[in-house]
Amino acid sequence: MLSNTGNFLLSLNIFLSALIIYYSYNNLKTSDNLISKKVFKISILQSTSILICFFTLVSAFLVSDFSLITVYQNSHSLKPIFYKISGTWGNHEGSLLLWVIILTLFSFLFLIYNRKHPKNYRLYTLIIQNFLILGFLFFILLNSNPFSFISPPPSEGLGLNPILQDPALAIHPPLLYVGFVGSSIYFSAAIASMITNYSDKSFAKSIKSWVLISWSFQTLGILVGSIWAYYELGWGGFWFWDPVENASLLPWFAMTALLHSLLVLEKRNTLYFWSIILCLLTFVLSVMGTFLVRSGILNSVHTFANDPTRGIYILVFLSLMILASVYILFSKYKPASIEINSNSKETFVLVNNWFMMFYLITVLLGTLYPIFTDAISNNKISVGPPFYNSVIIPVVVIFLFFMAIGPNAKWIKNKFIDLKIYLLITLAAIFFNFIIFFFFKSYSIISNLIVISSLFLILSSIIDLFKKKNFNFPRVISHLSFGFLILFIGLNHNFSIEKDFNLKIGETKQIDNFKFHLKDLKLVQDTNYKAVIGSLKVNDLLTKEERVLKPEIRIYDNPQTLTYEASIQTNFIRDYYLTMSNIDRSDYYNIKFQKKPLMIWIWISVAMLSLGGFLSLFRHAKNN
Amino acid sequence: MQKTIKLITVSLLVFILGIFYLSLNRSSNYDTKFLVGNKLTDIELKSLQSKEFFTNDDFKNNKYTLINFWASWCAPCRVEHPYLMMLSKNKDIKILGINFKDKKINALKFLEELGNPYDYLAKDNNGKQSVNFGIYGIPESILIDNKFNILKKIIGPLNEKDIKEIKEIIKS
Amino acid sequence: MKIKLLCLVIFFNFSVYATSNEILNESQIHKNLRCLVCQGQSIADSNSDFAQTLKMVVKDLIKQGKTEDEIYNFLSEKYGDWILYKPKFNYENFLLWSFPYLVLVFGGFIIVFLIKRRQKKT
Repeated sequence: MLSNTGNFLLSLNIFLSALIIYYSYNNLKTSDNLISKKVFKISILQSTSILICFFTLVSAFLVSDFSLITVYQNSHSLKPIFYKISGTWGNHEGSLLLWVIILTLFSFLFLIYNRKHPKNYRLYTLIIQNFLILGFLFFILLNSNPFSFISPPPSEGLGLNPILQDPALAIHPPLLYVGFVGSSIYFSAAIASMITNYSDKSFAKSIKSWVLISWSFQTLGILVGSIWAYYELGWGGFWFWDPVENASLLPWFAMTALLHSLLVLEKRNTLYFWSIILCLLTFVLSVMGTFLVRSGILNSVHTFANDPTRGIYILVFLSLMILASVYILFSKYKPASIEINSNSKETFVLVNNWFMMFYLITVLLGTLYPIFTDAISNNKISVGPPFYNSVIIPVVVIFLFFMAIGPNAKWIKNKFIDLKIYLLITLAAIFFNFIIFFFFKSYSIISNLIVISSLFLILSSIIDLFKKKNFNFPRVISHLSFGFLILFIGLNHNFSIEKDFNLKIGETKQIDNFKFHLKDLKLVQDTNYKAVIGSLKVNDLLTKEERVLKPEIRIYDNPQTLTYEASIQTNFIRDYYLTMSNIDRSDYYNIKFQKKPLMIWIWISVAMLSLGGFLSLFRHAKNN
Repeated sequence: MQKTIKLITVSLLVFILGIFYLSLNRSSNYDTKFLVGNKLTDIELKSLQSKEFFTNDDFKNNKYTLINFWASWCAPCRVEHPYLMMLSKNKDIKILGINFKDKKINALKFLEELGNPYDYLAKDNNGKQSVNFGIYGIPESILIDNKFNILKKIIGPLNEKDIKEIKEIIKS
Repeated sequence: MKIKLLCLVIFFNFSVYATSNEILNESQIHKNLRCLVCQGQSIADSNSDFAQTLKMVVKDLIKQGKTEDEIYNFLSEKYGDWILYKPKFNYENFLLWSFPYLVLVFGGFIIVFLIKRRQKKT
């Protein structure tokens, strides 16, 4: 029954999308400046019906209706309720439904929040967005239908992967989708603006909120994904430059660049076509990311199950999108004279875009290069963290300095950047850096540079906070948070301590300034797994701290998997991170211990970064 | 100028999309089967049954040697064993068996039970020697000539096709 | 203006040089080696048999006095370039390593060009 309801609603939505396209197209020709009531009504209907469709799928998971293949493959009656619900979007088919929901809701909301803007611009946005919706609806119905059923229905499901049963991972997809799927709306709006020649500052005002929404959520989505990786994957890192991680970062770079260039478009009415390119690029990168992740051409920790037929469909969709938008861009392009004053804010916005493009190209190249060398010369290579770190980090050092100076430049001509203050800030930064590294004895040159430049940004932003007139609080928060983020990452990386050793039960080992004692192992039975929990006492001989950490080795029933759960002990100064694994044919257990300073501040910084985006959104919405 | 930029952009995009399409049917899993042509150097293996060592000198007079990494605790090794027995009857090839991370008693019991195809029996108790041969799992086999060139790598248990191909190579 | 640019360039080159000259560190080498039997993990992060074996071999090689590059060359000869997370700097990967910096330089030129165009008008 649920299967039929779901299928019906999907088909209904295809019909409604087509109707919207039809009526909107007709509406274009009317002479008044009003959008017909029909278009509004059908949009409301469309949003309602897709939400009902989604809740139908959620219900199927909740009641464990195994007659639906998706529920059968990804759920189990013993799953806790929370994870039954989040299991809805934790699989390929269900997540595509989430795609369509975001596409549809954004389509509707954009329509009703843009009343002050020209009718045809809004109509074309609606039309193009609905073509995107149709594309995904057809993909779902023809290839990846969460409502397809099996008869007779099996009595039990195959179970959700235990690694995916985590609160952070449950909210990770919805957050990310509001981010990069939400970028679809300004993709459509960009094409609409080119077609209707709606190209001045008002266009920037029209899409600014949407760019802010998608950017803020994308930031949060990436944050939650990293937190999950840190807690669940057991290696103590939070970013691995894995292709799937990169797929979420690439749109983020484009969005950040777009955010900044919109400032220029809004205030100075230039950089229109560059902003358009960024609008198109963001969503193209999002769809490309989806393609890479679901088609099976990448080898990654995070990949969904692989299926080349999905790949072909998404690739065709991606190609049509790219070729259509490039065609319109080329036919509508008018060489405009870009007037940039040196030492003005426009220059610094361009500098931001310049660096964002560098980061984007680096990550894009690193992610795609193995695919290319394999296809062309049949030689498989790997591109991992050492590549990205060595290429990007030196550039970040310079970038941070620009981030500090840029916002204080004036829009038109800047007489002279207040050199004295910046000199003082630089000296202060160098001084603080010296103190940090003097007390903790670390001489890596690049760490020093990172700390100095991030301190520079931090101190400048703090000084900005105390300026009374004409300052932008959200911007200061975001720039300050970014400075802190880089600072904390630098300090954390530089002062982390790692010990890798083997212990038997009852044994004590001392390594440098730490003493480890494996007290005992306990066998525990939980709802859907058995666990071996170790009690490991850690003595930090320098700080005189003593903690007992409890790493676990878990054996899940459905499906049969073995996982290693890290024991993490957090406070505001440092994290203790410990994993234990058994060694085949031996009494010894392999212990990996890490002391990671300031870990929690890394999360806090990213959350604050996103907060700046939300504050800016509220500010902009209030003023308009 | 504008026309060339447009042309370059479109060509680049078509190229990228083309590569994506071509990559759809390729496997993203990695194996070392293609790593032929290199030479094996510095062979220094402990014998399983005596205190002696095997070195390059022991094998340089064989036209062809098949190096087979195996263990008594490895199930696929049992599956491939009949093929090794078959191959051991062939006079053009000698077989070196390297017992991997195993106990001598279990290894000898295994050979007693299923037969001993090996002209040479060596051991690699901690697995370190296997890295010298580019091994990353067992069973794995390497076919070399008298100049120690790697002619063929077989990842996983030997099957009928592999034996056929080996026989082809050693006939010439 | 030119002095500022020169300072930036020197500073930048210093940063690049700084990252390239880190001390020989076992953990760092482990992070650069890919576990062949895992799905996207370095041998530092992996608990697999293969990872443990490789760690022992790396230890031996360091004891023998091999440099970091010699270790990577040895392992890539045995297992292919795929085992290295940091792509080799050869003809095939030249585009990978150089293109980002080319973009950076090119972008810089564009910005300078745009500024100069405005300055010409005033």
